[in-house]
Amino acid sequence: MRAKLRVVETAHREVVVAVINRLLLSVLVLASNVLQAAVLPDERIDVLYHGYDGGGAEINGPSILVRKNLGASVSVAANYYVDMVSSASIDVQATASPYSEERKENGISGQYLVDRSTISLGYTRSKENDYDASTYTFGIDQSFFGDLTTLGFGVSFGEDVVGQNTDPTYERNLERRKYSFNASQILTKNLLASLSFDSVSDQCLDLTQDESCLNNPYRSVRYLSGTGGYLYQSELYPHTRNSDALGLRAIYYLPYRASLRLEARQFSDSWGIESDNVELRYLHPYREQWLIEVKYRIYEQTGADFYSDLFPYRDAQNFLARDKELSPFSSTTFGLGVTYKVPAGVIPWFEKSTANLYWDRFDIDYDNFRDARVSPTDYAAGEEPLYNLQADVIRFYLSFWF
Amino acid sequence: MIFRCLLLLALLFSIAACSPIKPWVKPYERQKIADEIMSFERNPIADSYLHHVFDAREAARGGDGASGGGCGCN
Repeated sequence: MRAKLRVVETAHREVVVAVINRLLLSVLVLASNVLQAAVLPDERIDVLYHGYDGGGAEINGPSILVRKNLGASVSVAANYYVDMVSSASIDVQATASPYSEERKENGISGQYLVDRSTISLGYTRSKENDYDASTYTFGIDQSFFGDLTTLGFGVSFGEDVVGQNTDPTYERNLERRKYSFNASQILTKNLLASLSFDSVSDQCLDLTQDESCLNNPYRSVRYLSGTGGYLYQSELYPHTRNSDALGLRAIYYLPYRASLRLEARQFSDSWGIESDNVELRYLHPYREQWLIEVKYRIYEQTGADFYSDLFPYRDAQNFLARDKELSPFSSTTFGLGVTYKVPAGVIPWFEKSTANLYWDRFDIDYDNFRDARVSPTDYAAGEEPLYNLQADVIRFYLSFWF
Repeated sequence: MIFRCLLLLALLFSIAACSPIKPWVKPYERQKIADEIMSFERNPIADSYLHHVFDAREAARGGDGASGGGCGCN
């Protein structure tokens, strides 16, 4: 009888040990996916439709991303992206005609895993009828302290050629450089944080050309004509721009299964622009198949030193800008998103599949950019109503893991 | 201002360097951290697109943990 009991006890102990071992193993496998430096990214295919509608501009198109591993230490990815633009924005309505154009972007990248380091290389080419851009990227990540900390350094080099549709001889060459530093940290069992610093420089190759490569060759500034109205002249930008940005991101696992994500960023550049933004994101799983996301973002910036909505006279300064993106403004973004996890086996060949729909609403209030489309008989120059812009951004995409 | 923040962080890290660091969250304690809802890059293609929209609508760039190429998007 005792021998029988001992056999049953031993069997129970073996089952309990096996269950604990399996649990520990699954936790370790899950934990190994936490920081990117320790493992290769997931093998997946993403197919996205994006749509932007606001301020008289409609931009939409597809994007496809494919990531595949080659052996145990190499991952390659390819991305194809299209912007189909149909624009009658406030700039276009004030001084030009509505237009349509297309921008295509192709990118390839690779990651090589060596012990606890990941080396990344990438190339991106963007082409539109008046702007060509090539970007080369290199980065290295290393994890430390039992994978609690990941440090990364990256550098990218870009060569752009700026053209103009109405003047085939117009060509400006731009060099872009970006130096990045990233630190990711597991702070507690429930809290992850990441710090990013980017220093970017844009440099025109030919400094003797009056019109800088950083100009938008189609945009104009307003100046008072001296007879109560206003006239237009071309914008004139500096030939260089340097900027620094420091961002902090953190995700906290709430006492129930949901997460709260905070992002904050501070930015400044050599043109006198300073900006801050803060974003809060709440992600809530619902039953087994759904993930629901709600977010709110606040952004504000000061204007460039050489920005003015209305200059006092022609050639009032050596640099002139009336680009609303360089003006002082504040904006809010409210976003809603839902992810549906397709039950396993419904779509063959793939381990996991999701369908995702995200909507973001932009609301931008410009502090010193006036709506010059109003009739000059109704409003004196410089007294026009301030401009504001609302835009809706849709992202619908399907993701497949294999 | 940004450089002051970085200097402060460097100072904090240098203080921590005076004592040996042991991983205070053990691998078997990272179940919640490993949950998909705790990922910064859960949706790479969709996040990349939204960064592109922000870059086109705002003067700020970088500091968001994303890499980007050039375009005449403004």
